[in-house]
Amino acid sequence: MSILRVEDLTRTYSSGGRDLTVLHGVSFAIEPGDTFSIVGPSGSGKTTLLGLCAGLDRATSGSVYLNDIRLDTLNEDQRAAIRNQYVGFIFQNFQLLPTLTALENVMVPLELRGEKGAKQTAQSLLERVGLGQRGHHYPTQLSGGEQQRVSLARAFANRPKILFADEPTGNLDTDTSATVIDLLFELNREAGTTLVLVTHDLDLAAKTNRIIRIKGGTMANG
Amino acid sequence: MNTSWLFKMAWRDSRRSRQRLLLFMSAIVLGIAALVAINSFGDNLARSIDEQARELLGADLTLSWSRTPTKRIQRLLTSIGQDRAYEVAFPSLVSIPRTGGVRLAQVKGLEGRFPYYGDWEVEPRSAIATFRRADQQVALVDDALLVQLGAQPGDSVRLGELSFLIAGRVEKTPGQAAIAATVAPTVFVPNRYLAGTGLLQRGSRVSYKYYYQFAPGTDVARAIRPVERRLERAGINTDTVADRKRQTGRAFGDLTKYLSLVAFVALLLGCVGVASAVQLYVKEKVASVAILRTLGASGRQAMLIYLLQTAIMGLIGATIGAVLGSVVQLALPQVFGRFLPIAVQTTLSVPAVMSGIGTGVLISVLFALLPLLSIRKVSPLRTLRSAYEADTAGRDPLRWLAYGLILAFIIGFAYWQTRNLQLAGWFTGGLVVAFSVLTAVSLGLIWLVRRLFPTAWSYVWRQSLANLYRPNNQTVILVTAIGLGAFLIATLYLTQGLLLSRVELSGSGQQPNMVLFDIQNEQIAGVRDAVREQKLPILQEVPVVTMRLTGINGRSSAADTAKPIDQPQQSARTDTTGPPPWAFTREYRVTYRDSLISSEKPASGQGPYQANGNVYISVEKDFLSRLRAKIGDTLDFNVQGLPLQTIIGGTREVDWNRVQTNFLVVFPAGVLEQAPQFRVLMTRVPDNQTSARLQRVLVSRFPNVSAIDLGLILKTLDEILGQISFVIRFMALFSILTGLLVLSSSVVLSKYQRLRESVLLRTLGASRKQILQITAIEYGLLGFLAALSGILLSIAGTWSLARFVFEVPYQIDPLPLLVVATTVTVLTLLIGLFNSRDVLARSPLDVLRGKG
Repeated sequence: MSILRVEDLTRTYSSGGRDLTVLHGVSFAIEPGDTFSIVGPSGSGKTTLLGLCAGLDRATSGSVYLNDIRLDTLNEDQRAAIRNQYVGFIFQNFQLLPTLTALENVMVPLELRGEKGAKQTAQSLLERVGLGQRGHHYPTQLSGGEQQRVSLARAFANRPKILFADEPTGNLDTDTSATVIDLLFELNREAGTTLVLVTHDLDLAAKTNRIIRIKGGTMANG
Repeated sequence: MNTSWLFKMAWRDSRRSRQRLLLFMSAIVLGIAALVAINSFGDNLARSIDEQARELLGADLTLSWSRTPTKRIQRLLTSIGQDRAYEVAFPSLVSIPRTGGVRLAQVKGLEGRFPYYGDWEVEPRSAIATFRRADQQVALVDDALLVQLGAQPGDSVRLGELSFLIAGRVEKTPGQAAIAATVAPTVFVPNRYLAGTGLLQRGSRVSYKYYYQFAPGTDVARAIRPVERRLERAGINTDTVADRKRQTGRAFGDLTKYLSLVAFVALLLGCVGVASAVQLYVKEKVASVAILRTLGASGRQAMLIYLLQTAIMGLIGATIGAVLGSVVQLALPQVFGRFLPIAVQTTLSVPAVMSGIGTGVLISVLFALLPLLSIRKVSPLRTLRSAYEADTAGRDPLRWLAYGLILAFIIGFAYWQTRNLQLAGWFTGGLVVAFSVLTAVSLGLIWLVRRLFPTAWSYVWRQSLANLYRPNNQTVILVTAIGLGAFLIATLYLTQGLLLSRVELSGSGQQPNMVLFDIQNEQIAGVRDAVREQKLPILQEVPVVTMRLTGINGRSSAADTAKPIDQPQQSARTDTTGPPPWAFTREYRVTYRDSLISSEKPASGQGPYQANGNVYISVEKDFLSRLRAKIGDTLDFNVQGLPLQTIIGGTREVDWNRVQTNFLVVFPAGVLEQAPQFRVLMTRVPDNQTSARLQRVLVSRFPNVSAIDLGLILKTLDEILGQISFVIRFMALFSILTGLLVLSSSVVLSKYQRLRESVLLRTLGASRKQILQITAIEYGLLGFLAALSGILLSIAGTWSLARFVFEVPYQIDPLPLLVVATTVTVLTLLIGLFNSRDVLARSPLDVLRGKG
C-alpha cells in the first residue's frame, strides 16, 4: 500500500475572470519510508502540488490518497484531523506561532490530539534538536536556524507517517542549512517517516531516493 | 472537544496582546458603568421609597376634595384616625411689599401637626414651632419663591387683605421633590388667618385635604375600606401610603428604565468599537490561525480560542465597568437632585452589578462574533502562500445569524427594561436607523473627499485626506461612534430649544400672553380699568360658570349608589358600558358663547346653540369619547343647585397650547347669564416690567384676582427642561466618552501600520513636523466629519419633530452646534495625537530592525 498516491491531479485557479491551470494531470505514488523530492523552477506548481498532497488545498480534478484515505472527498475540518494524525510539516519561513514559546509550539500537535505527557515529549524532542535549554524562548528570541529546529521538533511531535518540507533551507545560510538538513534526515531515518521535499536546490534533492520534476504544471519525468 | 486546551491556547496566545485586548474591551467599560449606575440607583431608590414610604405622604392617609362635603360626610371625615391635620390650598398672587415683587403662588392654610412623618426642612427650625402655635400671622415660604421675589425671612408677605411675617424658609416639604417648588412655589400660613385674607371667594379654585395619623400598627387600607365607596361617591380622593409608594415607585421605576436605555446606547457604541477592534485583531491573527489549521486544529477550535479571549476580556471590562458604575451611582442622587421626593441611601446593588456584567459579556461576545466568524474560514494554505486571501472573503450565512442574535438581544434588553414590546421595537428600530444613517453619511463624506480630492493641495493635506480612505481605515467606525455621541448632545440642545420656541410661539403676534382669572362679576369693571390704565388691550373676556354633571342619557351617579356597598370597587372602575364614575365627581368649568374662537375647530355636529327650547352644547372631541357619549346624547347638569338638561349638539378640536382659556364644554349664549360666575380676562403685555406693574396694581386693588403670564411659564419650563436635560446629558456623556475611548483604542490598534508608514515617509525624507501635521490634520478631519455627521442627523431628526410633532417653524441656534462641533473636533484631534506620540517619537531604525 502506498502512503501517498496521486492520480491525474489538476488544479485551476480563477483570476480576473480567467482560468489559470497551475497543475495538470500529475500522477505518482510514494511508498512508506521513502524519501522523495519535487523539484522545479519558481512558479512551476511544486508548492501547489505539496499543498494538495498534504490536504491543505483541494484539487480541481483528480484524487489524492493519503494512507489510503481519499482526501478530496473530505471537508476542511476532516482533512485537518487527518493532518494532525498522519502529517508533519516544515516550512521555508518556519511558521511558528509567535505568541507561543518554543516548547509550547512543539506541544501544539500533541495537545490537539489530547495526548497526555505532551510537555515531556516536547521537551525531549527539543533536546533531540539541541534546544533543550531554549524551550521558554519565543520565536522572535531565536535565530532562523533555531526556529527551523523547533519547527523540526514540532513536525516529528505527532509521530507522522509522512513529512512535507517546503524549501526547508530557503531562509537559512549555507552552514545552518547543512545542520538543519542533516538533522532532518537523521530524525526521518530514526522515525521511519516518509519524506516529501519541495525544493529548487538540486543538491538537496539528490539526497532523496526519488525526484520528480515539475515544469509548467506538468511532470517532466517520474 | 478538548476544552482545557482551548483555554490554555487562549491564555498563551493572549500573552503578547493582553494590553491591547484590554484596551479594546475598555470600550464597553463606560457603557456598563452607566448601566450599572442607573440600575443600582433605581434599586436603591425603590428600596428608599419602600423604607421612607410614610414620609412621602407625611401621614398615614390623606383625603382631599374640592367641593364642600355634606354634613354627614364632614362628620365621617372627622371621625377617622387618631389625629389629623387640615390643609386648604389655592393659587393666588402674593406680593412682598418691601421689594414690590409679585408672583402667582400656591397658598396653603395649615392646621394641626403636619407633617406626621418626615422632616419639614425649614430654616430656622424654630419657625415650625412658631408656625404651629398659630398665635401670630406668620408664614413659611418656599425657598424658590423667596429667591424669585428677592425676599428673606423677616420680610412680610402679603396675601389679600393680610400681611404675614415670613418666619422661615422652606427648603423641603416631605414627599415633595424640590422641582415641585419651581412649578408651584408655596406660602404656608396658619389656617385660622386664611379667612381674613379675603381670598376664599366664590369661584376660587380651592382644594381641601386632611392628613391623618393612625395608631401605630394600624392597617390603614383595612380601616378605611368600609367607608371607601362613600368617600369616592362624595368626590373625595383617598391617598394611602401604599398608593403613594406605588405611584412614586412606578414613576421613578419608569424614569430609571428609560435612562438605562440611554446607558445601553453607550454600551452598544462600545460594542461597535469592540467589533471593529476585534476585526483588526483577527487580521493580525490570520497567520497564526493558518498554522493551527495546518497542524490539525478545526475551524471551530481556532475560532473558539479567540472567542474565549474576547469573552474573558469582556468579563474583565464588564467587571471594571460594574465597579465604576457602583461608584458613579453615589453621585446620581446629586444629579437627580431636585426631582427626588426622598433621600436615597446608596448601597451596592448586587442584582444591578450581576446583570450589568452578564449583559456586558454577552453583548461584547455577540459583537465580537461578527469578525471572529471569519476565523473558521481561514485556509491552512496561507502557510504556503502569504498572499492567499480568497478564504475569508465570500458570504457567510452565520454572519446573518450573528446580526439576528444582536438584534434579538437589543430588543430583549429593551423589553426587559421597559416591559413594553412596542417601545422595545421602536428603540431598536431607532438605533438601527441612527447607525445606518450615520454610516451612510460617513460613507458619503468619504466618497465626497475622494471625488473632490484636491490634487493641487500641499502634500501634507493630500496625505491626510488620503488616510481617510486608505485600506484598513477606521473612518466609518469612528465617525459612527463619535458621531452618535455628538448626535445625542446636539439633539438634546435642539429639542430643548424647540420646546421653548413652541411655548414662545403660542404667545407671539397678537395672541394673549397674560391671563387674569378669578375675577368676580362686581370686580370686572375695575379690572378692565386697571388693565387700560397700563395702556394694555383687553383681548378676550370670558365668563366661567362652575357646575356638576348628574346624568348622561338619564343614567346618573345615583344608579351607581344603588349598587351594594360591598361590591368590589374594581367592577365599577372596569365597567366600560355605562358613564365613567369620575364624570360625576369632577367639577365642570364651562363658558357660554354662540361661536367658536381661534383655538377651536369644529369636529362634528354644530357649535353651541338653542333650538325648540333645547340647549345644544359643544363638547371637546376627545373628552366626549372619554365620557363614552355621542352627539345627540343628553347631559344633565347641576348649576349650583339648579338642574339643567342639555343635548350634545357637536364636538370641537381644541388647541390647548395657548395662553388663554379653553373649555371642555361650551354652552350657547342666553342660558347661563344669570348663574353665579366669575370672569377671566386676557391681555397682551409688552414686557416683564409692565406685567409686574399690572400685577402689583391687581394685588393691591383686587387681591383675589390671580394672574399668570407667558414669561413665568417660559421661565418655569426652561428651569424644568434644564434639570431634565442635565440628567439626560449626564447619561449621554457616557456615549461621548465611549466614542472617544473607541477612538483611542482604534489609534493604538492601528499603530503598527502607522509606525511602518511614518518610518517609510521619514526614510524617504519627510520631517517629523510633516508627520505631525499629517496626523493632526487626519484626526482633525475625522473629528470634524464625526461631528458633522452627528449634527446633520440631529438637525434632520429635530426638523422632523418640529414639522410633524410640534408643528412649529424650524429655527436652529447655531451657537450650541458650533460648540459641539468644535469640542468634538478638538477632542478627537488631541486624543489622536496623544495616542500617536509613539509613532512620532520612535526612531526609524528601531522599526526597520523589527523592534516596533
